[in-house]
Formats: sequence, structure tokens, C-alpha cells
Amino acid sequence: MNGASPAASASSAAGAPPATGAQPPAVEVRGASKIFNLGRHNEVKALADIDLLIDQGDFVTLIGPSGCGKSTLLRLIAALVAPSDGTVAVNGKAADAARLDRDYSMVFQRAGLFEWRNVTRNIELPLELMGWKAADRRRRSAEMLELVKLTEFARHHPAELSGGMQQRIAIARAMSFHPQLLLMDEPFGALDEMTREHMQNELLRIWSETQITVVFVTHSIAEAVFLSTKVAVMSPRPGRIAAVIDNDLGPRTDATRDDPAFFANVTAVRDALRGGHRR
Amino acid sequence: MTAARALLHSWLPPVVAAVVILGGWEVLLAVIRPDGFVLPPPSDIGGAAIENFDAIVGATGVTGFIIVTGLIAGVVVGAAFAVLVTAFRAANETLTPLAVAVNAVPIIALAPIFNAWFGLLSPRSNQAVVVVLVFFPIFINTARGLTQVEPSQVELMESYGAGRWRIMREVRIPNAMPFFFTALKLATSLAVIAAIVAEYFGGRQDALGNLITNSAGLTRYNDAWAAVLAGSLVGIGLYALAVLIERLVMPWYFVARRSA
Repeated sequence: MNGASPAASASSAAGAPPATGAQPPAVEVRGASKIFNLGRHNEVKALADIDLLIDQGDFVTLIGPSGCGKSTLLRLIAALVAPSDGTVAVNGKAADAARLDRDYSMVFQRAGLFEWRNVTRNIELPLELMGWKAADRRRRSAEMLELVKLTEFARHHPAELSGGMQQRIAIARAMSFHPQLLLMDEPFGALDEMTREHMQNELLRIWSETQITVVFVTHSIAEAVFLSTKVAVMSPRPGRIAAVIDNDLGPRTDATRDDPAFFANVTAVRDALRGGHRR
Repeated sequence: MTAARALLHSWLPPVVAAVVILGGWEVLLAVIRPDGFVLPPPSDIGGAAIENFDAIVGATGVTGFIIVTGLIAGVVVGAAFAVLVTAFRAANETLTPLAVAVNAVPIIALAPIFNAWFGLLSPRSNQAVVVVLVFFPIFINTARGLTQVEPSQVELMESYGAGRWRIMREVRIPNAMPFFFTALKLATSLAVIAAIVAEYFGGRQDALGNLITNSAGLTRYNDAWAAVLAGSLVGIGLYALAVLIERLVMPWYFVARRSA
């Protein structure tokens, strides 16, 4: 379905230019820092010395306390914010070029659907911007509605949907043009616990069906461990990556949430968040 | 059946209210019998309207033209300023203080000065008053709607590589629509007031404003009230038109309200 296949991912020596044929890493951040309002009284050092390598097909969560710069790091990858220092590459090209090539798609905490468009036309928004023909758009949005299992709501308006449904439509919109990379900024943060677990299952189903790369910002340890293949733990002021924890729990089911290996990794992430003192 | 019922439900209350108010007015005046110049009963006003029908319709046409053209010009200029100010920071920094300063001027008070500019008997000066008065609420409200957008919607558009004008078209302008129509409904009554009051000071002599001042001057109060009634009908008609356009332009807004 998607161009990016995790099987083909070759995480070659970091920093080396991608060899022809081998896929470059999905995301490569080198020595990046971000200072807001440089030289002014409200100067904030948001990120310092960030190195992060994300392979194709990975599901990486960025976790850390509020204000640790995890959303800023995500926006650096999205080229919505420029780094003060260092480089950010997506699929082997400069982040801004990747943005203009539409290599990635974003999902925010607020679904941010356009009230003035119905569900179908919300999903088709990126396709319209890319100049797709109406018939192609209609075919793809129908596919996407099937993917998020909301086909019967095609002609509804966002205000008629629940928060969880709106967020599923936002995911369908983000996936509509088959981006290789999905950047998610606390997408389930505003949902209740039951809806949230359901959405996590849905996201993992979509991820395994499409083999897309996901970078997922959260401040829930359980969410990070349940979802991802790697957990990047961040520390605040200035934001740094304190540890990257491999989180290989195999295919997830609801039973995973009660698995001892799950709890072991939850503990590992929690320790890393505390600075690793108890390890 | 249900449609007819819905129609009945929406029309019955205002019709009943109008009948009760006009009837009460008529009865009250029949009981206390004030002098005619204080307040004539509705039946006398209606009689005067029928008697002077041609003159009132003609005057309403003259004033209505001034109202509608001034309203359209004020709305177009106000909305265009709002878009300009939102799109360019430099425009915002120069035009917004200017607009606020212009609004601080008691614009109706400029009517005699506009007469000097455009000619005492020219409708241009009346139109100018309408334009200036309508401009400000349209400008301020539309600008607010264009800027008060969900930040993640702008980020989303940027993440798709959309430029400033695409974001204007897809996010800011639709977002500003409810603000714009709120201002437009306000502006319809402002335009009627502006045109008639401006006509007190000059402009064509066969307009509603002159009809009111002349009739009152000749103590023909029934005629003055009939002319006021005609002005009100123009205002109500324009308001209803604005509501209709609002419904047609943004049906989604009312879908949302229904389920909320």
C-alpha cells in the first residue's frame, strides 16, 4: 500500500549518505537545537543537542514532561519550525524539501477538522491541495473512510461527530495521500480513557496495514509503551533526548496491556524519565 | 404537513406579537387620546401611507438606492481592508490605527461637510456617510474572524505546503464568515439610519429623510410616521436578505448549531 517498506529499511552508519537502492532513514536529526526569542528577555532554550535516527517503518514515541520540547522537536521534523543549529533530514532530504514534497502528514491534539467541509471533503483537503482530479479524490476518500471504519458518516459535518470520530477523520485526512511518515502531536490527549485505548488499537491496526513510519508525541508512559517500537525519553530545560528504549513487545493485543513485559518496559521508561537513578 | 407546521411555528409568534402590539397601541391611544403630534394611532399612519403612497414609494426608492449602494460599497471596502490587514503585517500596522481613528469620528456629524464636498443636493454625500458608517463594523469583525483561526489548522495547511493565499482561502475566509454575517446584519440597520439622517442635512429633496423633516415641519405627523415606517420596512427587508444569504453561503454553520 505504501511506498515505504520496513523490511527494506537499512539503517546504515549514521550520517553516511544513503547508498543507492537502500532507503535513507525516515528521520535523521543531527545536533539540533532550538532557541526561541534569541537575545530577547523571554529567550527560551527549547531543545539542545538532539540526535535522533528513526528507521523506515518504525513507530517511535517522544515522551517527556510538559515543556520538554517534544512538540517542538516534532515541528522541527515537520519543518514548521527551523532549528537554531544542526540539521533535520526526512527521507534523506532537508526537512523543508520533504515538507514541500509532502513526505509526511501531521495529526494534532485537536482534530482541527474544517467545520465548513463535510467529512469526505475534509479527508480530500490534502488531495485538493495536490491537484488531484475529483474522481480520484472521491475514490481515495472512500478508501480512507473504510480504513477508519466511518463510511456511513461520509456526508456528515464534523460538529455532528464525537471527539474520537473526529480524530479518526483527522487520521484519515492525514493518511489520504499515502505519506511515508505520520507525525502525531498528542493525538489522543483530549479523549477519554476508553476512547483512547480504542484509538490506540485502531492506530496500530492502520500502522500494521500500511507500514507507515510514525513519530508520536505523548506524555502517557503506558501509551508510549503500548504503541511504539522505540521510546525516546526526553528531559526538560533544555529539551534533550535522555534515552532511547527499544520496546519490542511483538504484535499488540488487548492482552499486551496486562503482559509482564509491558510492565517491565513501563518501568524502564519511568526510570529513564526520572533520570535513570533507580536502574 | 410537517413543513407547514414548521412554517407556522416560526411565523406565528412574531405575527401574534405584531397584532397584539399594534392593537394595544390603537386601543391605548383611543383611551388616553393624546395630541396627534405626540403619537398617532397605527390606523392614521396606515391611512397616511395609503394617501401618499406614490410619494412614499418614490422617496423609498431614492433612499433605498442610497442605502443599498452605500451598504455594498462599505461592505466590499471593509471586507477587502480586513483581508489586506490580515495578509500583510505592514498593512495591519498602518491601516488598523487609521480605521480606528476614522471610527472615533462622529461620522453622522460629517454629513454637512460631505455636502460641501459632493454638492448640497447630490446623493453622493449621503452614500459617503453610509459607506463610512458601514465600513467599520464589517472591517473589525471580519478581521477578527480572519485572525482568530485554530492555530493547528494553519500549521496543518503549512505542513501540506500551502501558501499564504491558499490558507486565506481555505481557512481564514471560511472561518471569518460567521463574524462577517454578524456584522452585515448589524450594518443593514446602520445603513438605513445613516442614509436617512444624512438626508436631513442635504441630498435629493425627494428622499425619505426630507419627506420626514418636511412633513414634521408642516405638522403632518402622520406622513412623517408613514415615511419612518417605509424606512423600517427597507431595514427589515435588508436584514432578512442578509439572513437568507447567510443561510445560503454557510449552511454548515447551521448544521453545526442544530446538533450542538
